[in-house]
Amino acid sequence: MVVFGFRLPMMASLLVWALLWEIIGQLGLTFFVPPLSEVIVTLFGVLPTRAFQTALYDTAYAFLAGVFFAVVIGIPVGILMGKSRLLDELLLPWVNIFLSAPLTALVPVLMVLFGFGTKTIIITTTLFAIWIIILNSRAGVMQINRSLIEMSRSFGASQMDALVKIYFWAALPEILGGVRIGVIRAVKGVIIGQLLISIVGFGALFELYSANFMMSHFWAVLIVLFALAFSISEFLAYLERRVDYYAASR
Amino acid sequence: MVMPQTDAAFRTDAVPAEVAVSARNISKTYGEVEALKNLSLEFPRGQLTSLLGPSGCGKTTLLKIIAGLLEPTSGEIVVNGKPVKGPGPDRAFVFQDFALLPWANVLRNVAFGLELRGVAKSEREDIAEKYIKEVGLAGFEKSFPHELSGGMRQRVGLARALSVDADVLLMDEPFSAVDEQTRRKFQEDLLNLVKHENKTFIFVTHSIEEAVYVSDQIAILLPRPSRVSEIIRPTGLRDKDVDMLRRDPEYLDIVDQIWASLRSYVE
Ligand SMILES: Nc1ncnc2c1ncn2[C@@H]1O[C@H](COP(=O)(O)OP(=O)(O)OP(=O)(O)O)[C@@H](O)[C@H]1O
Ligand SMILES: [Mg+2]
Repeated sequence: MVVFGFRLPMMASLLVWALLWEIIGQLGLTFFVPPLSEVIVTLFGVLPTRAFQTALYDTAYAFLAGVFFAVVIGIPVGILMGKSRLLDELLLPWVNIFLSAPLTALVPVLMVLFGFGTKTIIITTTLFAIWIIILNSRAGVMQINRSLIEMSRSFGASQMDALVKIYFWAALPEILGGVRIGVIRAVKGVIIGQLLISIVGFGALFELYSANFMMSHFWAVLIVLFALAFSISEFLAYLERRVDYYAASR
Repeated sequence: MVMPQTDAAFRTDAVPAEVAVSARNISKTYGEVEALKNLSLEFPRGQLTSLLGPSGCGKTTLLKIIAGLLEPTSGEIVVNGKPVKGPGPDRAFVFQDFALLPWANVLRNVAFGLELRGVAKSEREDIAEKYIKEVGLAGFEKSFPHELSGGMRQRVGLARALSVDADVLLMDEPFSAVDEQTRRKFQEDLLNLVKHENKTFIFVTHSIEEAVYVSDQIAILLPRPSRVSEIIRPTGLRDKDVDMLRRDPEYLDIVDQIWASLRSYVE
């Protein structure tokens, strides 16, 4: 972006907000917003602690497992829905309902069904991420060039060949977009899970810090979480751009 | 089957060549639309037959039925004596819009037919290399389709169809998406292919000139009822010098004659 003839670096808006944060913090308007500098000092204090690293490990584990299942189940289901009219009619209403449902309200039910352990947190994470992955994979498949399908059939492709060698790749730009949004939703899912199901991981830290009004700790952990989510999502956006060249020419 | 002979210039073959593909009483309806009605046509082995006719008369439909991609409502296709039940290794399709995998390079695209047939990687890439050279794309093995011109993309599509070594090549307006110069070059290359590969070519086109230029046999399809109205064999032209062909009086006569039978349906 160029303002008054100056080229601004990519994260310029972040710098503005950081400055504003610091000023508001320094003014001491509310205990809720400590100065950013204090938060950053706290952040480096917290990072090496055992409590933080255990929390990071617990959260990362549940998050990655949840995303893994969302991807491994969501992509094939979405592709099959895009491919089969029958399956689509059958499943689409449910996918749409769950996409917009307040999943947080379902967590107590999941706890009754699956207990209070990591398993339930992983399931919650998957449930947050999977629907958009399904919908996007489905959308990707539905706009495949028909002649690619006919081409593969004419050369004798089996159903499995077509799925793995045509449908998946042709839908890849949309699939990656779905995974990217799914991952962001999974971050929400894992934290909500850790807050509501069993107080572990980052959820536990948030709980601890906010209950004790340790706001600079609270913000420090939030910044770590944001940075992690942002890097993953940027990485996926990078992959999306890598396949962009053929999105237009399918 | 009726084969009206309206002019002495159109010689029917005295000795019928061996038939590679025959369409027997093919009908195809899409819901209300009757695309083909009781169409019969024979395709001699080692020759190029064009399907020529106005838009919407069912050329693509017939080609896809022969390919086994569509089922006829009634009638049957026989290829090398066997009735067609679906796609098979004896036929290969060249698509109007090329149908290349945009995420795969030229080498993989050309080898893709063989890949689907389970040929080992090194073997299929050797075969693909050979046909990439044959269609004049040597050096572009690692390029992607979006880096190629329309004409080059169709060469990839052609190399893919050739590399599976099918008896019958089905081509649906393969040159319609390329520019005029490239098109002429393609037509010459196609004549060479027909001469040197012992394959049966079935070729759909809109262009009368193109049909007369490349064909051993031209089947004219007319809409409603969509069946073969006329078969023309410009056999005299095949022995003539390719470079002179477009100015040859016989060539021009045949083009005029076909135009005369088609124009009433265009107006
Ligand atoms: N999938 C389909 N569903 C319904 N009608 C169809 C379908 N495919 C083709 N048709 C109809 O069948 C008729 C023949 O279509 P076809 O594509 O075979 O014609 P064509 O001779 O190849 O035309 P063109 O020269 O424009 O490619 C047309 O009237 C078309 O509208
Ligand atoms: Mg057509």
